[in-house]
Amino acid sequence: MSSPATESELSEMLAGAKGPLRVVGGGTRPVGRPVAGEVLSVAGLSGIELYEPGALTIVAKAGTPLAEVEAALAAEGQRLPFEPMDHRALLGTTGAPTIGGVVAANVSGPRRIQAGACRDSLIGVRFVDGSGAIVKNGGRVMKNVTGYDLVKLMAGSWGTLGVLTEVAFKVLPAPEAAATLSLAGLSELQAVEAMAVALGSPFEVTGAAHLPEEGRTLLRIEGFATSVAYRAGRLADLMAPFGGVEVEEGAEAVARRWQALRDVEAFAGQAGDVWRISVKPTDGPGIAARIGGRVMFDWGGGLIWALVPEGTDLRARLGAFAGHATLLRAAPETRGRIAPFQPEPAPLAAIAAELKRRFDPRGILNPGLMAA
Amino acid sequence: MEMPTPDAAILSRKSKIVELLRAALPKAAVIHDEAEVRAYECDALTAYRCPPLAVVLPATTEEVATALRICHAEGVPVVPRGSGTSLAGGALPTADSVILGVARMNKVLETDYDNRFIRVQTGRTNLSVTGAVEQEDFFYAPDPSSQLACAIAGNIAMNSGGAHCLKYGVTTNNLLGVTMVTMAGEVLEIGGAHLDAGGYDLLGVICGSEGQLGVVTEATLRILRKPEGARPVLIGFDSNEVAGACVSDIIKAGVLPVAIEFMDRPCIEATEAFAKAGYPMCEALLIVEVEGSAAEIDAQLGLIAGIARRHDPVELREAQSEDEAKRIWLGRKSAFGAMGQINDYMCLDGTIPVSALPYVLKRIGEMSKEYGLGVANVFHAGDGNMHPLILFDANKPGDLELCEAFGADILKLCVEVGGCLTGEHGVGIEKRDLMETQFAPADLEAQMRVKDVFDPAWLLNPAKVFPLSVSRERRERQVAA
Repeated sequence: MSSPATESELSEMLAGAKGPLRVVGGGTRPVGRPVAGEVLSVAGLSGIELYEPGALTIVAKAGTPLAEVEAALAAEGQRLPFEPMDHRALLGTTGAPTIGGVVAANVSGPRRIQAGACRDSLIGVRFVDGSGAIVKNGGRVMKNVTGYDLVKLMAGSWGTLGVLTEVAFKVLPAPEAAATLSLAGLSELQAVEAMAVALGSPFEVTGAAHLPEEGRTLLRIEGFATSVAYRAGRLADLMAPFGGVEVEEGAEAVARRWQALRDVEAFAGQAGDVWRISVKPTDGPGIAARIGGRVMFDWGGGLIWALVPEGTDLRARLGAFAGHATLLRAAPETRGRIAPFQPEPAPLAAIAAELKRRFDPRGILNPGLMAA
Repeated sequence: MEMPTPDAAILSRKSKIVELLRAALPKAAVIHDEAEVRAYECDALTAYRCPPLAVVLPATTEEVATALRICHAEGVPVVPRGSGTSLAGGALPTADSVILGVARMNKVLETDYDNRFIRVQTGRTNLSVTGAVEQEDFFYAPDPSSQLACAIAGNIAMNSGGAHCLKYGVTTNNLLGVTMVTMAGEVLEIGGAHLDAGGYDLLGVICGSEGQLGVVTEATLRILRKPEGARPVLIGFDSNEVAGACVSDIIKAGVLPVAIEFMDRPCIEATEAFAKAGYPMCEALLIVEVEGSAAEIDAQLGLIAGIARRHDPVELREAQSEDEAKRIWLGRKSAFGAMGQINDYMCLDGTIPVSALPYVLKRIGEMSKEYGLGVANVFHAGDGNMHPLILFDANKPGDLELCEAFGADILKLCVEVGGCLTGEHGVGIEKRDLMETQFAPADLEAQMRVKDVFDPAWLLNPAKVFPLSVSRERRERQVAA
């Protein structure tokens, strides 16, 4: 294992690399096709570089523990808007998630529908490409259209185009209060309809999930206390046609509930493979019916978490659909056999392969992780 | 402004190229008469002009693909064009290029309120996207000042912003999918009504690529429900520094206004003379707008007023009615028009960290004296996106050059303090030659690699974004090929 302490050290290391490398931050997200290669850890590149609460910006080295970033923000009453999921419980991993890992995997949570994904809050990156060149893109300001946006390209590229060394975010104020509205006993179709009404309301719903096993549909409201009370009331009125609404307002309970949802705790420690499917919300119930396993819905119905028997090729079962399915948790053998990431139409796959070849000419960065 | 020498071989083949296009496309879609193509010789950066070889105005994605295939086979550069409102020269033709304009492609293809998206042809104007959904109380959030005229195609090319992006984000945060035709004429479907990419985020790199990776013909856009209401407050201060500190304190207090706009004294005076919005005469003025129900607005404005009072404002004016709200915005919205009445001006578009605001304004004031050219500042203070307006006299020899040098100095200053050259207008040709002040060679190389993948022959929107010296090797390789 190698663990560079500086960006320039990492640059030298990559320029002189003799074989494939498996890039890790905290090592908590072993997703994708298993990579055979020497472990390259970025944990040595750690620390918050700059934090300006009055400008809503934070810059940190990629190996900085996520917890450290979140604590610094919390101390100023701010937060990362996109609510990054913690994969440890679901994937049965240990270690400390890093901010670079969050970016590499473009990890978001329930608030993604309202506040955008990780890539939407990300405003700057520094990375070292497969040839050892140090590249910066974006910066520390929110409004920036100077040159091509490689920031987005790096988000969710799982370390296959370059090794992130520094990331910058636009952050937001953390709300004073939050409430969960809960509806009971809705069918999947009714739930998606209710969530569409809620998300199409002016009440700024920041979470909309449906848990078939609990028979619950959940909506979240966040903001100043008086405003939360008002909007929760108005939203409850709007939801009346869908049955009785319970409102939960204890800060601790609300946080706990959405964290459990965010981290898909229901499938943690359960036997089987876990798939993550992104579709248009109203397509959710139809897709779920074709899955046939245990499911839960987030993002108003557009994000489906599915638990299916080990080794199931879910894509074969789903057939063609508009969206993408990722095999998130499975035995290494299964992840070697079934493409973990949604295979793309030929022209897009060709573009992706060309990008990979130009950013990593020797194919040393997480080879095969995303595309064979 | 240096532009590449037009390819004589292409110029000499003009009639053949035009014939190929006319044979493959509807007759009305191809314009080649010298007087008619002149209408396309520039965009909103009118200081630079060059009539193109020909203009193609397709009606469908298939026609766009046909035109691109022909140009690709003939090695003819193509300049994509939306409504031609670019302030950066993003749609400036070259003499050997074909303009490919999507202005006739303005249909709404699909509207879906349950899934909160609209799919449109990209020639549709920004404001008419909202127009198509407002009967259901929905809207499309990005709101560039040119929204009445500018096309979604150009918004995607430049990743346009607007006054309300502090809360709603810019184009890239509201774009779900595109249909894009590559220079080789291949039609790609990227993204869609679902969220996030299954592989690399190609959508993210296409948005803001200034028409250099492909021609986007259709777009799936996120639409949002309109808030219950919105109300601005106007706050006047007797110094720029204090106004800047107030912005920072508002943000730190946990309120997220949808907009925080800033105007300095020269700008206030000019707009007041022009629009008579009843602005107070002071050194700096903020317009802060919040959204929600009446009670929520009251609460947020109460909080903002409390913060503002700690900074001794010379004026604190809350809109009490729709009419008063309109008057508060009237001056800000007519700022550019007002400046245009007084003078020729050049509008810049740098972004700075909000904390650097007082220092940057002080330096701009000093430079204004050094250059002997006036400056009025108006900008989106919440996100640090500045629009200094440099006043000059277009009829005075040397004034434009002086103004450009001053503008370049301001943009370099933006980069020095940790900001960037352009926040929402794009690089185009205007900021092309400053790119090396913000980016190291490896940074530009990484960006050009992306262009190599999508447009290996470097035919799309030539001479934009990258300094000619930086892209020379690639361009010459193509000419040789």
